[in-house]
Amino acid sequence: MMHLVPLFMAVPLAGAFLAALPNRRLPWLPDLLGNLAMTWLTVTALSMVGHSGLCAVGDWGYLGIVLRLDGLAVLMLIAINGIGLCATLFSVSYMDRYTARGRYYSLFLLMVAGMNGVVLTGDLFNLYVFMEIAAIASYALVAFGCQHEELEAAFKYAVLGSVASALILIAVAILYGLTGNLNMTAVAVRLAADTDQPATLLAVGLLLCGFALKAALVPFHAWLPDAHPSAPAPVSAMLSGVVIKALGIYVLCRLVFNVFGATAPLLLVLRTLGTVSMIVGVMLAIGQWDMKRLFAYHSISQIGYVALGIGLGTPLGIAGGLFHMVNHSVFKSLLFLNAGAVEYAAGTRDLKRLGGLRGQMPVTANTSLVASMSIAGIPPFNGFWSKLLIVMACIEAGQNWLAVAAIAVSLLTLASFLKVQRYAFFEAAKSALTGVKEVPVLMRTAMLILAALCILTSLAVLAGWREPLLIGWAADALRGGVFGGVQ
Amino acid sequence: MIYGLCLLLIVVGLYGVVTKRNVVKIVISLAIMEYGINLFLVLVGYRTHGTAPILEEGMMPETLVAQSVDPLPQALVLTSIVIGLAVLALMVALCVRLYERYGTFDVTEMKKLKG
Repeated sequence: MMHLVPLFMAVPLAGAFLAALPNRRLPWLPDLLGNLAMTWLTVTALSMVGHSGLCAVGDWGYLGIVLRLDGLAVLMLIAINGIGLCATLFSVSYMDRYTARGRYYSLFLLMVAGMNGVVLTGDLFNLYVFMEIAAIASYALVAFGCQHEELEAAFKYAVLGSVASALILIAVAILYGLTGNLNMTAVAVRLAADTDQPATLLAVGLLLCGFALKAALVPFHAWLPDAHPSAPAPVSAMLSGVVIKALGIYVLCRLVFNVFGATAPLLLVLRTLGTVSMIVGVMLAIGQWDMKRLFAYHSISQIGYVALGIGLGTPLGIAGGLFHMVNHSVFKSLLFLNAGAVEYAAGTRDLKRLGGLRGQMPVTANTSLVASMSIAGIPPFNGFWSKLLIVMACIEAGQNWLAVAAIAVSLLTLASFLKVQRYAFFEAAKSALTGVKEVPVLMRTAMLILAALCILTSLAVLAGWREPLLIGWAADALRGGVFGGVQ
Repeated sequence: MIYGLCLLLIVVGLYGVVTKRNVVKIVISLAIMEYGINLFLVLVGYRTHGTAPILEEGMMPETLVAQSVDPLPQALVLTSIVIGLAVLALMVALCVRLYERYGTFDVTEMKKLKG
């Protein structure tokens, strides 16, 4: 299976090139290319389950760039490409309102290629390069509408993103200077042999700031509530669903656990960042009236949960954090697709101007109810189990106050999603919205797939959560410690 | 000493990003930061009186390794320059579009997004 691994970058790159070629005769070709590429990637990612290993690119042996497939990488690949497939399905009808369809798919596939690369690479500089591919494509996608808000948000995102990348590049240079190597495992071995270097501390600090900026952890979150709502809905779903995780949280975990070694101060930093984002994010979310902006603030809050779980450093905490990361990517992308569907049908996403859409848009209303209940942590849905695991892990680790905070934030999340449900779907219908119809079939399919996933993961939990959901395998890859995973 | 200058360049860039109001000046500041980092990367591989890392005919690889500067950071810098160019091009394009929409380059006047 390892010979297929480079194709996770090559296929979307080739698709991006082909989709960008000028063609006037076949306007449906970019749609087809985008969906085909994402279907192939999803199927291949699923077929990678149970495999792990190294893949040296080119004939350079250990000197060259190494791609590393392990439990965590497979879990992320499935999340990225599965959500990506739903987003491209949704795009087929949704992108009617925009021009330049070919370029849209081209940028989308570039972003996917970048994220797949970040997840698979075992080389620090290569990580930076793939991160930049994904980041530049996402700056352009945020600006895709070219209206006032979109451009403003994209500029803000691009400036903060570039600063983050700069910090990360300095840290990579320092690590190279210290260890003379860029391979993650080799760097880990050298750093473990030579602790207490002040320069290592500088590199760790820079990397933490850089990736916390990419993950939008409070206090580095300023760009997210502008950038995520401004993008077209399927792109918002990708940005909130997977980009902040693949470029932010995933790399943070990988570096903290597999390169620097999970020391107590590092875990404390992760935990603190997580708790603060969890609380601040939800506080800011409650007062929002723009549906997508509200969801964006919740992304900050939910990413806080993930960072808190992983920052506990205990097996249960790591598993809970990873599980919540996967769940969040499913329900948050579903919520953004719902918001896109509402905007597509009703022409607005301002909660004050919506109402009573339940009768006219049953699929959107019901899928959004599933997603809202999942994110709020109501029992039969997947969000409940992962939040429960995180709370249990907090208590197990003796951090009772963090457990209380997690439960309180969950209640506030429920409150703000009840608000969304009430104003958008229940309540009396507004006269301005009488002509609203349900969205086209492909958009409905994408939302139904994601809603089904919310319920299926929850059923899989009842059947024993570690094995069927790959969480145990992924957590083992992290907990293997400094030299862990595949050498 | 030269590392300090390099750090100074990075900090000057960061200062510009934080304090300037004109979007073009912010982009220029980012570019300055980028150059500082590239310089730092080259310095990491530098060695005093090192030769260019080119393996000439009849030269032992060992002598080359003993004499030359580290070629890897130079390769990294090339990649980093190309990435920097892509970001710069995208951001300048954004600036042009922003000027078309708002009729100004001043960030304090671009505030349609709130909350």
